[in-house]
Amino acid sequence: MNAVIAQLPVLILVVPIVGALLILLAGKVNRNFSYPVTLATISFQFAASLILLSAVMTGGTIHYYLGGWPPPMGIELVLDAFNSFVLVVILAMALLTAVWARQGAALDIPPEKTVPFFVVFQLLVTGLCGMTITGDIFNLYVFVEITSIAAYVLVASGRGARSLIAGFNYLVLGSIAAGFIVLGIGYLYVATGTLNMGELAAMLPASYGLATVHAAFLFLMIGFSIKVAFFPLHLWLPDAYTESPAVVTILIATATSKVTAYAMIRVIFSVFTPQYITESFPVTEVILIIAAIAIIAGAVLAIAQDNLKRMLAYSSISQMGYIMFAIGIANQIALEGGLLHIMAHAVMKGCLFMVAGMIIYRTGITGIHQMSGLSRTMPLTCAAFALAGASMIGIPPTIGFMSKYYLVLGAVEAGQYLAAAVLLIGSLLAAVYIWRVIEIMYFGDHHEGALHSGPEAPLSMLVPVLILAASCLLLGLFVDIPLEIIGPAVTLLLGGS
Amino acid sequence: MRENVVIRTVSRLSIPFIQLFSLYVIVHGASGAGGGFQGGVVFAASFILMLIAFGLSGIRGRISEKGTMVLAATGVFIYAGIGLLCILFSGNYLAYAAIESALGIPHLHGLLIDLVEAGIGITVMAVMTSIILDFADKEGNIRD
Repeated sequence: MNAVIAQLPVLILVVPIVGALLILLAGKVNRNFSYPVTLATISFQFAASLILLSAVMTGGTIHYYLGGWPPPMGIELVLDAFNSFVLVVILAMALLTAVWARQGAALDIPPEKTVPFFVVFQLLVTGLCGMTITGDIFNLYVFVEITSIAAYVLVASGRGARSLIAGFNYLVLGSIAAGFIVLGIGYLYVATGTLNMGELAAMLPASYGLATVHAAFLFLMIGFSIKVAFFPLHLWLPDAYTESPAVVTILIATATSKVTAYAMIRVIFSVFTPQYITESFPVTEVILIIAAIAIIAGAVLAIAQDNLKRMLAYSSISQMGYIMFAIGIANQIALEGGLLHIMAHAVMKGCLFMVAGMIIYRTGITGIHQMSGLSRTMPLTCAAFALAGASMIGIPPTIGFMSKYYLVLGAVEAGQYLAAAVLLIGSLLAAVYIWRVIEIMYFGDHHEGALHSGPEAPLSMLVPVLILAASCLLLGLFVDIPLEIIGPAVTLLLGGS
Repeated sequence: MRENVVIRTVSRLSIPFIQLFSLYVIVHGASGAGGGFQGGVVFAASFILMLIAFGLSGIRGRISEKGTMVLAATGVFIYAGIGLLCILFSGNYLAYAAIESALGIPHLHGLLIDLVEAGIGITVMAVMTSIILDFADKEGNIRD
């Protein structure tokens, strides 16, 4: 059994790649076979990630050398407390999205395109796993590209022409970002002669004064900022989230954005070090200021939207600001809050986008003002929205409250009282845009016939939504469980043992 | 273009050599410069030349959309399969030495690398060809 666990880090990548091709071949035989294969592959990945997480928690960091070649010659896969946690979160989201997609995919994907859709869906999930567990920075870039190309295709796979435009914009900005990232990696290679993250962390401090290293850091930061849609570089995001198929929005808003944020944190803290961003090249202040602007601006823009998916997209920009905020503070408590928020935002935004998709599935409504009295026809869906929305605002005892609580504590501990105030204002603004929807859903007048009232959404869509809504509450109540993993992860990031 | 005897004759002459060269590049990948990716691209170049010189009607029956898809999948299966075979021989993924020492055949790892490179080459060739076909074949003439 241990021999199998020892091979799991690579199997979690190879099995889904083979799986993606099996989806294609099965789909050639019969279109309906492709979905079960997708579900089986992602279930395998999720199970493997749980086993790996427990192995890391009991036995410490896992290093896997591909081809048996140790670094710096070979490529290694590394699993520590931080990325095995992220891996479980994104694969849980991917699995729930896949379950949701059983009926949800038909909403935007024409039947003749379902097979290629699930192939690319599977490749996206595989790329995300690769980004999460690789220990080699160039390998990281390769997986970023696999993920991005899959994401461009998925965004463009909707029915309308707008989805093509959104996909193309995403392609252009994403490719620019990838260019920045590979340039940064090139500079790091020039400065040190290695591409292994562990080796880089050991060798870089000697060259912290070099302009090459500063340039590498800036290129990587700009590249990843575009990829995570950090505030002034977020322009691709609202269209991509609004126009892409509902399933794709759920997956890229939860899994892709979280993994990219993970990659950014990994580069800042594990390739560079906390000392670098506070002493050699002090950027934490700048990150903090931009994060604060992102939190406020994203929320204000979200208030101005009428399209539910677009509103949630702007809300994502605001919420990514919270994660960046943690990097700006860079102390133990704030980073715990930031990592908790990676999970919290994945769970609640997944739930909210699923609800938005279900409303479109049942009624075809996208505008918030049309949702008047929707809670009477879709009570469970609206309840899930209310619960996840409460978490988004940060009402105790939800998980959204817990992550923001830790962020505020961290900011206060660092003496950044103004920044702590920004977090609270961000929460108030979230209350404005979320409450508006809840008010219309629950207290709006019910126009008979205006909603060609379908019943509640189908069970395969309802179950993942209810699981996520319940997680918003349960993870908040039992926040000790994720914190037991996050605590050591943050210690690791900050360079402790 | 179709009337141009020079282009068609030169293409007819050079295509076999291009394909032979690509096989050389793939096999050479185990011990030196070269490898599956480069060889696959060269092989695809021969098909692209064929497409340009003889037109879509000229390659009907030789290359098809379905064929390229199956080949692309086959290449990846070869690659992944050999990697997984190494795991069955209780080595790490793609650790050829594990198979070599388990079976006791000297220099087996070179052969395995060649097989992996061939897998890569097949996939690259198939994908490149299919991209060109998608550009050229707007009416869907040679699709299944």
